[in-house]
Amino acid sequence: MSSDHLASTAVPARAGAQPGIFRRYVFSTDHKVIGLQYFFLSLAAVTIGLLLSLCIRFHLVWPAARLPFVTGGTMTPEQYLALVTMHGTIMVFFVLTTAPQSAFGNYFLPLQIGATDMAFPRLNMLSFWLTFVALLVALSAFGVPGGAPISGWTAYPPLSGMGEITGPGEGIGQSLWIVSILIFCVGSLLGSINFISTTIDLRAPGLTLTRLPLTVWAWFVTAILSLLAFAVLFAGGILLALDRVAGTSFFLPAGLVVSGELQTHGGGSPLLWQHLFWFFGHPEVYIAILPGMGVVSHILANFSRKPVFGYRAMVFALCAIGLLGFLVWGHHMFVSGMNPYSSLTFSMLTLSIGVPSAIKTFNWLGTLWGGKIQFQTPMLFALGFISFFVTGGLSGIFLAQPALDTSLHATYYVVAHFHIVMGVAAIFGIFAATYYWFPKMFGRKMNRALGQLHFWLTFAGVYAVFMPMHFVGIAGGIRRYADASGAQYLASLQPLHRFMTIAAFITAAAQLIFFYNFFWSIRQGEPASANPWDATSLEWATASPPPPDNFAGQFPTVYRGPYEYSLPAGPQDFFPQHLQSEHDAPSEEGRSC
Amino acid sequence: MPLFTTNLTDRIGSLHPRILNRARGFGSPSLLLAIFLILVAAATIFIFAARLYPAPAPISRDAVLVDHQYNLTLYVTGVAFLLAQLSLAYAVVRFRDRGQKARFVRGNVGLEILWTSLTLVVFVALGVLGRKAWADARFTLPASGAIQVEGTTYQFVYAFRYPGKDGKFGRIDPSLVNAPAGNPLGIDPSDPAGGDDIVVSELIVPVDRPVELLLRSQDVVHSFFVRELRLQQDAMPGMIIPVHFTADHIGEYEIVCTQLCGLGHYTMHSLLRVVSQSEFEAFRNRQAMTP
Repeated sequence: MSSDHLASTAVPARAGAQPGIFRRYVFSTDHKVIGLQYFFLSLAAVTIGLLLSLCIRFHLVWPAARLPFVTGGTMTPEQYLALVTMHGTIMVFFVLTTAPQSAFGNYFLPLQIGATDMAFPRLNMLSFWLTFVALLVALSAFGVPGGAPISGWTAYPPLSGMGEITGPGEGIGQSLWIVSILIFCVGSLLGSINFISTTIDLRAPGLTLTRLPLTVWAWFVTAILSLLAFAVLFAGGILLALDRVAGTSFFLPAGLVVSGELQTHGGGSPLLWQHLFWFFGHPEVYIAILPGMGVVSHILANFSRKPVFGYRAMVFALCAIGLLGFLVWGHHMFVSGMNPYSSLTFSMLTLSIGVPSAIKTFNWLGTLWGGKIQFQTPMLFALGFISFFVTGGLSGIFLAQPALDTSLHATYYVVAHFHIVMGVAAIFGIFAATYYWFPKMFGRKMNRALGQLHFWLTFAGVYAVFMPMHFVGIAGGIRRYADASGAQYLASLQPLHRFMTIAAFITAAAQLIFFYNFFWSIRQGEPASANPWDATSLEWATASPPPPDNFAGQFPTVYRGPYEYSLPAGPQDFFPQHLQSEHDAPSEEGRSC
Repeated sequence: MPLFTTNLTDRIGSLHPRILNRARGFGSPSLLLAIFLILVAAATIFIFAARLYPAPAPISRDAVLVDHQYNLTLYVTGVAFLLAQLSLAYAVVRFRDRGQKARFVRGNVGLEILWTSLTLVVFVALGVLGRKAWADARFTLPASGAIQVEGTTYQFVYAFRYPGKDGKFGRIDPSLVNAPAGNPLGIDPSDPAGGDDIVVSELIVPVDRPVELLLRSQDVVHSFFVRELRLQQDAMPGMIIPVHFTADHIGEYEIVCTQLCGLGHYTMHSLLRVVSQSEFEAFRNRQAMTP
């Protein structure tokens, strides 16, 4: 059965009359609309997350400042921790998980495999709306008595498991947080099932696994990670909720005395939560970054006018990172009281992840080597991604060793490490994807001069914010401290904090250029052709933006690999996947894989 | 009409093809990007090498081992960092679009094998070498004659208990915890071993004597971190976690909580006082006198 047939039987509305506006833009089953819905959801979320981070940075430097929007004038420690918690939660779940995978994956996976939609369009719509509800529930925590939770995005019990007795925000706020995460988990699980089925079942004729663009490979591996990781977080979240409301003691040991009151719980283990959480939490890092790696490989080939260097090695490395990603969660727990022997096992496995990561970096350099590099805005962000990935990856080599982690754990060194490698690198992947696919999504290009300005300010700004943070950490600056008054030695680190805060405000302001460019270009950007970057993969084989069924009934057949640039023979320096040459076998019927 | 022209160099280029070729090279972002990457690499290497913001000097043999491993890792990753950023800088300048045709290469199995095995050897070797600093501190029991101290944490306080003359800790019963009444740890008065226990808010240890610290928590997860010892360990409710160290420099060192434990997390603080043996005996005797 061909892909278009399959999906059109699933969505009868598609075949017949034009659905109403409500069906088309709100409760749409079109993967492109859903992809954009996810995109705009992340855009809203990243704006909130960024504003929260500015409040955090401001408070770290000027803790006594009177703020107009804060009740009581100055920010309290619990308000600070609520900001930290919500910044992490919003960024990790609703930006880094949502934009690279759910937004761009939804929009471009079916296009790149020549399908008319995802395998389960209605499930896809449900995934989005669950994510939307999850975001609303999370944000509503700000408005309840006690405010948002203060236990961080990792929500370690007993702090998160006993209600407001452990602190403000740990009552209703923490409950809403758990409900939000549970809803988010369901949305992600349904989404990952959809991605996996679509990749396996709906590929165009001739599109064998080794002809898939690396973006598709990345989304596919990420979907498998999501399926396994979010299932565990879901289970852990249920147990934590039961501890809070049903009197169970999965994570709460006997004999707890909180605020002078003896608790009735008994028999549970707080370490168990950490194991469950990080069994999700570490793969989550790769859920955030793998799609970016795919996008970067894709863009690097396009603008170097060269095939991806070592395509098979790149696929192998993606799979290896995915697999190893499930075997290293213990490196978050070196100081937790876990058996110290297991720390060394986790340490060796973590260092091993450096190998496929290095393979990727080497192959990216190999792709650039001998190329004809065109510095379009998406290419700049892809190159920035590589720089950050190297920087953030190498700082991880320290944290992977338990002996060194005992000095760096919970310091700003860790904050610098994961912001560079998981936060900013992934965000640069998102920016690269946005500038690259904007012409396909909106039929217009984003402005190049503004794009370059945005790149330079952001690239320099991010290094200015996060490089000094390593030094704060090495000197012992502790993260999640509402101010520096607790320990004497922290005062000497305040000048660095001041510098980082100013850099953060400038970098954040530079994002206004992106917003302006984005919304201005939707309406007034330079009109884009179907294939403005002279690219090879199937998303460029259709109009910009694509028609509702993606290929206007002309479903492509694939004849070659995804990165056929600068072939020795040929009239142009790229050969699209769907074009037939005289050497190609005649078009086959049905699946070839 | 567009607000911004797409690219200055494109406009110059439309004047004359030769200018176009030159402008594409040095007016385009390639050189700027390369300079920027070199600056980042140089600044990073400088700040690490100059140790502008160093960790404080170590005060134990285990901490010195940690520093050795830290330095080794710094050299290895420093070289990798420099090579990667500089290769990237080189590539963007050397292979910028000057109208040439890109080299058609799909990959190189030999190179793949080379860099895969190279990174594997380097990273695994680092891990193997780093084993010692961890194993010496964590796989061993404290040397004989170690002083035992129990460190109890609760929101947002450290309490350190010494066993007194009998060398035994008294039994603890959580239901007896009553800080206002002077029993914050819940020491059971019916247990004779507890009668001479000393409870203080600072950790006082004699220099050059092994100390075994038994960490526990009454409420949420806290942590014990002394930078100079390169020692950080969570205090996990429901567990008693032993760590040991031998401080070899007399002085005062700050103990901070590193595990988010509630609104007062940033204030959770104590002192490690490393004192002479005689001062330590004096402290114990003084404490034993006070009821």
